[in-house]
Amino acid sequence: MRRLVLAAALALPAPALAQEDPHAGHHGHEAAAEAPPDPHAGHNAAPTPADAHAGHVMAAPPAAPPPVPTDHAADTVFPPQRMAAARAQLAREHGDHPWGKAMLETAEVRPAKGADGYAWEARASYGGDIHRLELRSEGEGGRDLHRAEVQALYSRAVSPYFNLQAGVRQDFEPRPRRTYAVLGIDGVAPYWFELGGSVFLSDKGEASARLEAAYDLRLTQRLILEPRAELNASAQDVRELGLGSGLTTGEIGLRLRYAIRPEFAPYVGVHHERRFGRTARLARVAGEDARETTLVVGLRAWF
Amino acid sequence: MQQGGIASPSADPSRAARAGEVRHVRRGVEIGRRGVLRGVAALALSGSASLLPAWARSGTPGLAAGALSGERIQLSIGHAAIDVDGRKGHGIAINGTIPGPLIRLKEGQTARIAVTNRLDEDTSIHWHGLIVPFQMDGVPGLSFPGIRPGETFVYEFPVRHAGTFWYHSHSGLQELLGHYAPIVLDPAGAEPAPYDREHVIVLSDYSFMHPHKLMLRLKQQPGYFNRRKQTVAGLLAGEDQPLAERTAWAKMRMDPTDILDVTGSTYSYLVNGHGPQANWTGLFAPGERVRLRIVNAAAMTIFNVRIPGLPMQVVQADGCDVRPVETDELQIANAETYDVIVRPTADQAYTLVAEAADRSGLARATLAPRLGMSAPVPPLRRRPLLTMKDMGMDHSAHGGGAMDHGAMAMSGDGAPQVMRGPGVQMISAMPADRTGDRGTGLEDVGHRVLVYTDLVALAPNPDGRPPSRELEIHLTGNMERFMWAFDGETFSEVTKPIPFRRDERVRVTLVNDTMMNHPIHLHGHFVELVNGHAGRHPRKHTVNVMPGGKLAFDLTADAPGDWAFHCHMLLHMHAGMFKVVAVRPLDGPAA
Repeated sequence: MRRLVLAAALALPAPALAQEDPHAGHHGHEAAAEAPPDPHAGHNAAPTPADAHAGHVMAAPPAAPPPVPTDHAADTVFPPQRMAAARAQLAREHGDHPWGKAMLETAEVRPAKGADGYAWEARASYGGDIHRLELRSEGEGGRDLHRAEVQALYSRAVSPYFNLQAGVRQDFEPRPRRTYAVLGIDGVAPYWFELGGSVFLSDKGEASARLEAAYDLRLTQRLILEPRAELNASAQDVRELGLGSGLTTGEIGLRLRYAIRPEFAPYVGVHHERRFGRTARLARVAGEDARETTLVVGLRAWF
Repeated sequence: MQQGGIASPSADPSRAARAGEVRHVRRGVEIGRRGVLRGVAALALSGSASLLPAWARSGTPGLAAGALSGERIQLSIGHAAIDVDGRKGHGIAINGTIPGPLIRLKEGQTARIAVTNRLDEDTSIHWHGLIVPFQMDGVPGLSFPGIRPGETFVYEFPVRHAGTFWYHSHSGLQELLGHYAPIVLDPAGAEPAPYDREHVIVLSDYSFMHPHKLMLRLKQQPGYFNRRKQTVAGLLAGEDQPLAERTAWAKMRMDPTDILDVTGSTYSYLVNGHGPQANWTGLFAPGERVRLRIVNAAAMTIFNVRIPGLPMQVVQADGCDVRPVETDELQIANAETYDVIVRPTADQAYTLVAEAADRSGLARATLAPRLGMSAPVPPLRRRPLLTMKDMGMDHSAHGGGAMDHGAMAMSGDGAPQVMRGPGVQMISAMPADRTGDRGTGLEDVGHRVLVYTDLVALAPNPDGRPPSRELEIHLTGNMERFMWAFDGETFSEVTKPIPFRRDERVRVTLVNDTMMNHPIHLHGHFVELVNGHAGRHPRKHTVNVMPGGKLAFDLTADAPGDWAFHCHMLLHMHAGMFKVVAVRPLDGPAA
C-alpha cells in the first residue's frame, strides 16, 4: 500500500500535494529530499500567482529545498559585530545551559550496641545534557571510619536513558589505600529501575566490580518506599583488604521516606549487609560478623 | 529624537523592507545611554504593578479607554513587584505593570514604538503574530541586537492587518516574570464580528520560584513539579490506570500523568494579572454582545477555558477572523489567541474558568453587571491521563498494544532526518492527524469543545497555489532528561537555518515524537493550518501539535529575512526547541 502511495506521489505530485489528506505528501517529501538541490527548481514548480488555474494544472515534480543561506539578514541593518555577539548569546540561550545537582542519596545513622554506625552515598554532577563531570562518594563507619571512597568521573549520555562513565576512585579507608581506574554505566531501565554498574582496576592491578539497583515505589505523593541493593565482586583475593575472589559483599535495604519537598525527604528503614564466600571466612577469622542487619534513620536530600 | 553614540545601522533600509513598504518602514533607531527621553524615564519609575492599566483593573467597563494608541508610543521595561493574591513577588514589567499596557492600533497606520530598557540586562519586545519587517520582529541575535540597559530602540512598522495579538520579551526568560501585554489592531474596514463591549483576557502563569530555578529543577528531576503521579494508594482505591496498564507504561518508562512540566504546585494562574482570589471582574450590561479577546501569555501552561452558562461564539483565532462557531469550552495553547463573543442576557454574574490542562490549578475571572457580584467557581475536574494515542500509537488505526509500540519506536525508520541520541526518547510509530481531536483532558467532557477542524477562515486564503514541496519536521524530546529539540538537535548544537525561497509555497508537516503538547510558533508569517477546509484554512501564528500526533500547515514564504521558529512552551524553547527560518533572497524579485 505504501509503495503504491509512493508511486502515485512521484507520478502525480501536484494533485497529491494539493489534496487535503495530510498523509499524502510524506513520500513526496522524501523524494524531494533525495533530489540534488537545484536552485532553479522553484521557477518551474511554483506557478505564478497570476495563473488562476494553478491549482488545477499538473505542476512540475516537487521542488528541491533551496540551499541553506550562510548570511544573516540582520547584518544588513545592524552592526555585524554586535549581531555576532547577540547571535552567540541566542545560541547559548536555546539549549546550552550547564547545570548542577548535588544529592545525598542516603545519609544515615545505624543504631547499634556500643557506637552507632553511620553511612552515606552522595553524588554531585555538573555540565550539559550530554557531557558531565560527576563526583561520587560513599562510605560507612562506627567508632572509626571503616570505608570511604571518592570517585571523579566524566559522564556521557549515550542513550535516552543511560550514561557511561570513566574516571578514578580513591579509597581513604580501608587501608592500605587504593586508587582505581573506573568504568561505569548508570541509568534508568524499563519499569523505572535505577541501575548502575562499575568495574574498577586498582593501582596494584586488582580488578573488582559493583552493581547497584534502586526503585521508587510511590505509596502516596509523598511517601515512597525504596528498595536498594548493591553487590560487589573481586577478580582475585586481596588479603590486605580482607577480600576473597568472587562475590565479596552485598547490601540490601528498604527505606521508607517522606518527601516534605521532593528534594528533602527523611526516612527510616532496614539495612542488611553480608559478606560472601572467602570474604566472609576472612571476616570470621578476623573476629567480625559476616552478616549484619540494622535499622537506619536518615535523610535523602538534593539541591 | 536624538541619536546617541551607538553605531547606527549601516545598510540601505530598503534592502530589508519589501517593495511597497519602503516608504513606511524605517530602520530602528537606537538611543545612547545619555540620550534617554525624559518622558520615558518618568514612565519607567512607577515601580509597582499595583496600579494596573484601566482594562486590566477589576471592575473595568472594558476597552473603551486606557490603551496606548497613535503614531508614537513609549514603553519602558523595568523591575516591578507583582502581587498575586496578596503575596508579593519579583516581576519584570512594561511601563510598571504586569501585564503591560494594551497597545491599540489601526490597520493601515504606521506604528512607532520607542522601548527603553531600565533593566540591568538586555531586553527586547517581540510583536507576537504581527507581520512586520524582520528587523522589527524583536528577537535578539536574529532580528536585531537586542536593547542594552539604558538604551532605547524605536520599533517602526506598518500595521498591515487587524486582530488580537500580544507582545512580550524574547530575551532570556523575562517573559516568565511578567514581560507581556496585549495588542488590539482595529480593522481599516468594517468589523466582521461586531460587538457592544470588549474585554481583554490575558491568561498567564506566575511562580515565586525564579525562572532559572524552574529550569534547573526540571533538569535535575523532570517530574519535580508533578505532585499527582500515580500511586499505590491510588491503585488500591481503583483510581487511574489498572495494574496491567501501569506495568506496560512503566516498561516503556513513560508517565501518563506528565501533562504539563510546570504545574499548579508552583504556579498561580492569572487573569489580567489577578490571582484567583483577586477575581478580576469585567462588567457587562445584560443583552450586550461582549467580545472577549483571550490571549494565552503563559510560559508553560495550556488552558481550558469555559464560562459555565454562557456559550462562546469563536470569531477569531490568532488574530485572523474565522467563521463564527459556537462552543462551550476551548483549549488555548501557549501564545494562541481566541476572540469569542458571549451574550449574557441575565442580570447575573458568570465565572470564566481557565483550568490548566493538567487540572493542577485554575485562573478565574468574573463577568458581571456590577462589581462585587460573583458566581460559583466549579471545582477542578479530575486530572487527565495520557493514552497510547499520545504516544503516537493510535489504537483505532492499529491493533497493537504497548509492547508493539516499544518495538516500533526503537526501529524508528520513519524519520531519517532525526538525529538519534540521548535527546530522542521515541519516534511516534503511527502519528495521527489530531486536528480533529479535543485537547488533552477534554476527550470526555459532556459539552461542546472547540477543535482545530472547527476553524474555517472567514476570508478565502490569499494564496491559492498548491505547495511546490513538502517539509517534515519532528518535535523531539526526552522527558527523562528534560531535553527538547527539532529533529533531535538543539538550536545551540545546530544554528543552521531552515531555508525557504521567497514566495515559495511549502507544506510543512510537524510530527510530535513526544508525549507533551508543543505549541509551535513561526515568526513573521501566518501559516494556513491544514484542517480539511481547503481554500479557507484557518491562518495562525501558533499551532499546537498534540502529543504523538502530527499537523500540517501551508506556508507562503513571503517575508524575506530570518525568523524564529520555536515551541512556545518557553522552557522547551530554552532547552533548545528553537530554529531559524531563513527566507531568501532578501531583495529583488521573488524567486
